[in-house]
Amino acid sequence: MNSILKYFKGLFIGIKSLLMGMSVTWKELWTKKVTQQYPENRKTLVISDRFRCELVMPHDDKNEHACTSCGICQTNCPNGTISITTKMIETEDGKKKKILDKYIWDLGMCTFCNLCVITCPSDAISFNKQFENAVFTRSKLIQTLNKEGSKLREKKKEVKTAEVKSEVATEPKAVKSVGILLGAIAEAKSAKTTETTPTKNTENKSTDNL
Amino acid sequence: MDIHFLTYKLSLAGGILLLSLLIAMYATLLERKVAGFFQDRLGPNRAGTFGLLQPVADGLKLFMKEEFMPANADKFLYILGPSLTMLVALLSSAVIPWGGNLNIGGVDYSLQMADINIGVLYTFAVVSIGVYGVMIGGWASNNKYALMGAVRAASQMISYELAMSMAIVTIVMTTGSLSVNDIVAQQHGFNWNIWTQPIGFLVFIVCAFAECNRTPFDLPECETELIGGYHTEYSSMKLGFYLFSEYINMFIASAMISSLYFGGYNFPFMDVLGVSPNWITIIGTAVLFIKIAFFMFVFMWIRWTLPRFRYDQLMRFGWKVLLPMAMVNLILTGFFKLLFK
Repeated sequence: MNSILKYFKGLFIGIKSLLMGMSVTWKELWTKKVTQQYPENRKTLVISDRFRCELVMPHDDKNEHACTSCGICQTNCPNGTISITTKMIETEDGKKKKILDKYIWDLGMCTFCNLCVITCPSDAISFNKQFENAVFTRSKLIQTLNKEGSKLREKKKEVKTAEVKSEVATEPKAVKSVGILLGAIAEAKSAKTTETTPTKNTENKSTDNL
Repeated sequence: MDIHFLTYKLSLAGGILLLSLLIAMYATLLERKVAGFFQDRLGPNRAGTFGLLQPVADGLKLFMKEEFMPANADKFLYILGPSLTMLVALLSSAVIPWGGNLNIGGVDYSLQMADINIGVLYTFAVVSIGVYGVMIGGWASNNKYALMGAVRAASQMISYELAMSMAIVTIVMTTGSLSVNDIVAQQHGFNWNIWTQPIGFLVFIVCAFAECNRTPFDLPECETELIGGYHTEYSSMKLGFYLFSEYINMFIASAMISSLYFGGYNFPFMDVLGVSPNWITIIGTAVLFIKIAFFMFVFMWIRWTLPRFRYDQLMRFGWKVLLPMAMVNLILTGFFKLLFK
């Protein structure tokens, strides 16, 4: 008797689960299709926000970028895709200053891990969605990201307050980067920061964060 | 036998043959489209509008492929396998009534190829021969995976044929005839067999899935474990025959389900429509094809809903669930038949 009961129970559970499954697939049949018909819909193509294609350095209309050439991205890159060359210039008030000469990025070696963008303290670089990167020669994949004649975006005139302000502005970024890249990377970053930026404040800040 | 009758029968046979081939051809496209839509894709849409030329392209591709035969294969049986499968798949459409009678110039033309009085038996005899095509193909390939697939096909057919026959016997009991034409004619209007035989229908449709080797009963093919099952060693149009016959079988099975349980060419309110009998026949045929299309869609729907059974699950389901169910249904039908005699 018990086995007969079990038989009918199994039967009804089977039918019920089949109908449930069929209702799920039926709903799925009418959902919006995700296929992108690429060459035709090139203009209206939808690319995910998280998609990473080309590393770019955004320049504003005055041809200025935010890269302080601190080299953190270069240190963090797992396969040496980024190489930064700097040069020393003399500012008007006679101070020597290191500025960015060339920011070279090799698309062919990049794994699009996003570590450079995460660790950049001044939000100078980002990945865009330009995915049509096929070229015929490998040398074309090596790109210089800073534009010809571009320069570092100037901070505010009063030096003392500007430094404080910029620190406040970069604080969340630093916290974020430390949060994401624990341990070794963060250490490397703080070491690098102390090396490149001569102000004592920054040093204090990075140790605070650690 | 006059020449008039001969031309009518020959043209009907040719028409049914072409129609089954055409429907099987577009069933492949429908399958791919439906599969795509179930998976949030669009399916093939490059060859022609909505991919309408895709089956042509597929067929052409299969013809162009290199004909490969394994070195140790039995040449005769290797070719016999797909031929037999295809032949048998096409044969079974002969007894299905595709419509009522067309009256042209005072002469009645039946839209059924052959109204033989054991039509149901004929269909199932022919369908069960289909397993020989699979068996022979799998055996002749001289490949362990192919043989494994063939053995599975054979055991699956035997297991599910039993329950299927039981379901059929109940239909025969209620209608009192083995002729498919009689069975369909008795379901006039909306008086369909499904209302009296729901359990039988359930058993029948499950067995039809198993007989067509469709998911969840596609163990003979079973890409994940047996590569391609019985057609592992087949290429070119021989493979095409195997794949094609699967769709023809699906079409025939849908036609049988519609004829036996869903009234075939009958449709509700066919007597109160007030049009000439010829129009009723034409509408009836259209309705039959709508029913067939629906069941073919159900075949695909289930395919993208259920995963494949394991072999022991398949056997247990066939022998311990379906067969008792069909038997109980048989006894109950007999009981009620005696009660309301």
